Amino acid sequence: MSFIQQDVPLSWYLLLSAALFSLGVLGFLLKRNLITVFMSIELMLNAVNLSFVTFAHQWHAVKGQIFVFFVMMVAAAEAAVGLAIIIAIFRARNTLAVDRIDLMKL
Amino acid sequence: MHLILFLIFAGCCLAGAINLLVQTHPINSALSLVVVMVSLAVLYLLLGAEFLAAAQIIVYSGAIMVLFVFVVMLLNAGREERTLGSRAARVIGLPAVVVLLAVLVTTILHIQGLGAATLRQGITPTQELSRVLFHELLLPFEVTSVLVLIAILGAVALAQQEGSKPDGEERILAK
Repeated sequence: MSFIQQDVPLSWYLLLSAALFSLGVLGFLLKRNLITVFMSIELMLNAVNLSFVTFAHQWHAVKGQIFVFFVMMVAAAEAAVGLAIIIAIFRARNTLAVDRIDLMKL
Repeated sequence: MHLILFLIFAGCCLAGAINLLVQTHPINSALSLVVVMVSLAVLYLLLGAEFLAAAQIIVYSGAIMVLFVFVVMLLNAGREERTLGSRAARVIGLPAVVVLLAVLVTTILHIQGLGAATLRQGITPTQELSRVLFHELLLPFEVTSVLVLIAILGAVALAQQEGSKPDGEERILAK
């Protein structure tokens, strides 16, 4: 019964955030598909958001949560522009493999 | 109760993130990223951020991931291929990520005075959040709305077909 009512240390949330961020970096480095690389960036943004919310909870600061809200809005804008760029690259190169997109000129 | 919910959804988060790495097809990676984001919304709720939990589900798993899945289907993206460059990234990147994780974990474990999260502490009311957002941070909010507008215009300008190459869109539509 005491196990059920136990509290969670906030460092566990931070450790989860660090693990998610590292997995995002790993995906960014290892994945070879342009869309999956972009998804890894979203994963890193989410991991950072989790630590923002954790610290906002620690210091009872509302502004930490508002910062997460701004990060979400910027991430939405970034996703729209990034996916449009991916569509433009696919039209020009006809591929999504990052190893084949290694020239800046068309 | 809090501990059990945390363990379940943290496990879902990590499993989804690992599945994102393991899967080779982009649509499977996108769906596992949805799992990560919904689990993160529950964790936000456990930390008392009810507005952010709702916004996480609506903005991330609703809007952004639908956009991702839509682009994956539009471009008919197939399985990824392994090349020589990815082997170099694996040899150099994997130790670098292990070092990064070790540095982050040791830093977090050395933080003094971190509290604990309980369900008794209650939820940050959305009224308080909106009062700070619309009184103290009104200018950043408006600037961000201009940023989103610029992003919409940029996305439309980037994705629209150039006049000189009309065959590209037909090829995509034909697939």
